[in-house]
Amino acid sequence: MEYLIANFGAILFYLVAVLAVAGAVGVVTLRSPVHAALALLETFIMVAVLFVLRHAEFLAAVQVLVYAGGIMVLYLFVIMLVRVKNLRPEDAFLSGIAPLAVLGGVLLGALLALGILLGTMAAGAGAGALTAVGEETVGNTEAVGWLLYTKYLVPFEVVSVVLLVAMIGAIVFGRRDAALTGSGEGVEL
Amino acid sequence: MIITATHYVALSLILFCLGLVGVMVRRNFITVLMSLELMFNAVNLNLIAFSYRLDDLAGQVLAIFVITVAAAEVAIGLGLIIALVRLKDTVALDEADVMRS
Repeated sequence: MEYLIANFGAILFYLVAVLAVAGAVGVVTLRSPVHAALALLETFIMVAVLFVLRHAEFLAAVQVLVYAGGIMVLYLFVIMLVRVKNLRPEDAFLSGIAPLAVLGGVLLGALLALGILLGTMAAGAGAGALTAVGEETVGNTEAVGWLLYTKYLVPFEVVSVVLLVAMIGAIVFGRRDAALTGSGEGVEL
Repeated sequence: MIITATHYVALSLILFCLGLVGVMVRRNFITVLMSLELMFNAVNLNLIAFSYRLDDLAGQVLAIFVITVAAAEVAIGLGLIIALVRLKDTVALDEADVMRS
């Protein structure tokens, strides 16, 4: 029992990590898109738990609200909207290149793991600056907000332009009389 | 037993490679986009781990930007899916070969 209490952080990490990887495997292997979406939801929430463990409470909240709330609803909406009559569940994978792709993923993973093993990293340095504005100790949300609207104000504005462009692009693609309708010839805007 | 940044980077590596394999092997456009989300999440996990390790908030701010770009990517990608379904009545990526002909 004392062992459990002393190593609570580590046990929680391994539990959550295993669940996150299980969800990720589900995303890649489950044949039904709805099942894959639910596995992805599980991974999102587990990653949010890991954010809390690393003192990023604001980002954990953003992760749950934006990913698990917004993006997941968007995915499920499109899955339900689209009639996939000629995509049977047994055709979920590209048959020809699947072994090669898995091999490539494993090789890349081995290469990156080698990099991790060769690099030396000590334990965490503590989390003083993650909850501080100047010399004052505040919450993580306030610290992130302070930094975001002072030092990183210009990138923040640029990212808002990216969102605007994405919105316009989505509207253009979604228009019924857009260039993508028709039989493929006579493309016009 | 102390969890270091190495543990987080290793987990992030596993998630990233799984997402990469998913992008390559999936036929359904929607699940390919989901695997892409998996890769974004792995990157965010890395940023957060190093933000804690180096005691620097810049990693968390960068993760916010990554989430924003991911949201933009989903909006565009799902718009593309709707357009593709309207054009070819399919979400299978190997049937989206209009530009090849």
